[in-house]
Amino acid sequence: MIPGGGKTRKGAAARKKVAGRTPAVAEFELRLYVAGQTSRSLAAFANLKTICEEHLPGRYRIEVVDLLKNPQLAQGDQILAIPTLVRKLPEPIKKIIGDLSDTLRVLVGLDIRPAS
Amino acid sequence: MADKKAGKTRFSRAGIPKCPSGIRGLDEITGGGLPRGRPTLVAGSAGCGKTLFAMEFLVRGALEHGEPGVFVAFEENARDLAQNVASLGFDLVDLAAREKLLVDYVSIDRTEIQETGEYDLEGLFIRLGHAIDSIGAKRVVLDTIESLFAGLSNEAILRSELRRLFRWLKGKGVTAVITAERGENTITRHGLEEYVADCVIMLDHRVTEQVSTRRARVVKYRGSRHETNEFPFLIGSHGIFLVPVTSMGLDYEVSTARISTGIPRLDTMLGGKGYYRGSSILVTGTPGTGKTSVASTFADAACRRGERCLYIAFEEGREQIFRNMRSIGIDLGAWAAKGLLRVHAGRPTVAGLETHILTMHRLSDEFKPKVVVIDPISNLAEVGNQVDVKAMLSRLIDHFKSNGVTTFFSSLVTRGAPEETSGVGISSLMDTWLQLEDLEKSGEHNRGLFILKSRGMAHSNQIREFLLTDRGIDLLDVPVSSGEVLMGSARIAMERQGMEEERQGRVEIDRKKRLFELKRREKTAKVASIETGFLAEAEDFREYLRTETNRQEEARKTRSALGRARKADPVRAGGNAKKPSSSRGRR
Repeated sequence: MIPGGGKTRKGAAARKKVAGRTPAVAEFELRLYVAGQTSRSLAAFANLKTICEEHLPGRYRIEVVDLLKNPQLAQGDQILAIPTLVRKLPEPIKKIIGDLSDTLRVLVGLDIRPAS
Repeated sequence: MADKKAGKTRFSRAGIPKCPSGIRGLDEITGGGLPRGRPTLVAGSAGCGKTLFAMEFLVRGALEHGEPGVFVAFEENARDLAQNVASLGFDLVDLAAREKLLVDYVSIDRTEIQETGEYDLEGLFIRLGHAIDSIGAKRVVLDTIESLFAGLSNEAILRSELRRLFRWLKGKGVTAVITAERGENTITRHGLEEYVADCVIMLDHRVTEQVSTRRARVVKYRGSRHETNEFPFLIGSHGIFLVPVTSMGLDYEVSTARISTGIPRLDTMLGGKGYYRGSSILVTGTPGTGKTSVASTFADAACRRGERCLYIAFEEGREQIFRNMRSIGIDLGAWAAKGLLRVHAGRPTVAGLETHILTMHRLSDEFKPKVVVIDPISNLAEVGNQVDVKAMLSRLIDHFKSNGVTTFFSSLVTRGAPEETSGVGISSLMDTWLQLEDLEKSGEHNRGLFILKSRGMAHSNQIREFLLTDRGIDLLDVPVSSGEVLMGSARIAMERQGMEEERQGRVEIDRKKRLFELKRREKTAKVASIETGFLAEAEDFREYLRTETNRQEEARKTRSALGRARKADPVRAGGNAKKPSSSRGRR
């Protein structure tokens, strides 16, 4: 179950914040676009959560957008592929598509040096 | 070529429902339009007009067929796109405001995308589905979806997703146009024809001898009859203009109405009435024989009747024609100012043959002339070979004839060349053929005009001398002397001689008349003198008679007196022999 994935309504309310321990404006603002609760979406969210907890503890915030519920949101971030992870902050904007199964590539994509 | 059955599904004999594209000419060659509810692939190299083709499909659908459309742009954003098509008269901003057209710009920047693991293109599907639903779109354009191949590296996923996309589009029931770049040996660079196989249209932009021509061809149309030829098209100020030229036949209506040539004597030569309306007329001649003058006179006559005339000039500029024709008393400039005459002047070499023909089509579609003059048509041979020119011309003539437009062509021929080859081989397409000849004799050139043929009317077989005067064209009878026609000064000399003979004849008559009058007077005088003599003689005679009668009376009296004295018998009547003659003389 993706937090917020099944409960979003409209507009800003759709982007439900997850990962509660984050401050109001996190260093890493991440947005994950999904289309319904597919296994690929679930896997992507799980992978993202794991990577963030390991490499960005306390420095990130994840927003999940379900395009099936809010299709109009796809245009803003130029979303084609599902799932797509968008790094809104820090700038520049970066996009990572796929189920985020390749941790190293995700880290490169988010421009994060491995913690170890 | 707006379809009357706007927005309605049409079933051709083959059973494929068609969606009228609204692109002028395309619906004719596809037998009604693109396959409704299915994707059509439009392939072509860069700059061949794919985007405009796709955009016109949407705009016409929205404006003329009540079908809103979604344009998914992968290459240009909505603002650029709106600017680019504004030159074709398409107002995308207005259409968007009226929710008839929606442009969704999809950009993929490979530099900001990292791929990790499995994904699909559900995002695109959702965007498209959302766009379609928001305006109730019936038409969709994806321009050009191949950009995805540049933005995403996993081709296997892409291909399976594209396959799914086209299936999904069919499921949505929208008529889609998918544009694609042309490949080296394939229709499209990435083989999209494998997925979009219902209808494939190729656009082409070829340059032959520095002259470019756009062409379109229906490569494939599953389940439908279609034209297979290449058709030239123009991108003009009103969108794409494609002439479905081979779909024309010869089954147009013909008119029996006649129109004046503008030259009274030529009308007389053509059965007294001139050309048939809607016929094709060719005037051929060597340089300087007055073809343009004949053409301009005809144009002038059309304008005098209040008919619009389109004058296509390949040799002279507009103002030059006006000036030159003014010298023979024809003021074409006035007709142009009144809007009855439109002159389109340009060198044939500025464009390809197809472009010229299309321009003529477009001009005639816009201006709606009753008379079209092309002066001279032989110059088109410079930009195409004879087969091409003839084919294009036959299409053009068919087009005009089917609209009841009278066409007048002039053609330059070289001296001594066989007539049939010099007329760009088009004489068989012509209903009336006038020939202007430059006749050289006794050190001077003179112009002659005769009718080589004129279908469906009695016409003169005589040569007329053709004179350009400051009051227009004049045709003169030419005298024939010992089997040769006489023109120019020879004709004048001949006429002088004739006049002299006539004068001499008149003098002789006068002389004879005078002579006769003298004779008559002489006779009268003679008669009078005889009469006078006779009267004198008659007087003499009467005098003699009187005298003689008196004398005889006296004698009788004397004899009576003697007889009484001698007691003789009384004298009986008739007893005297002289008495009857005396009584006769008294009468």
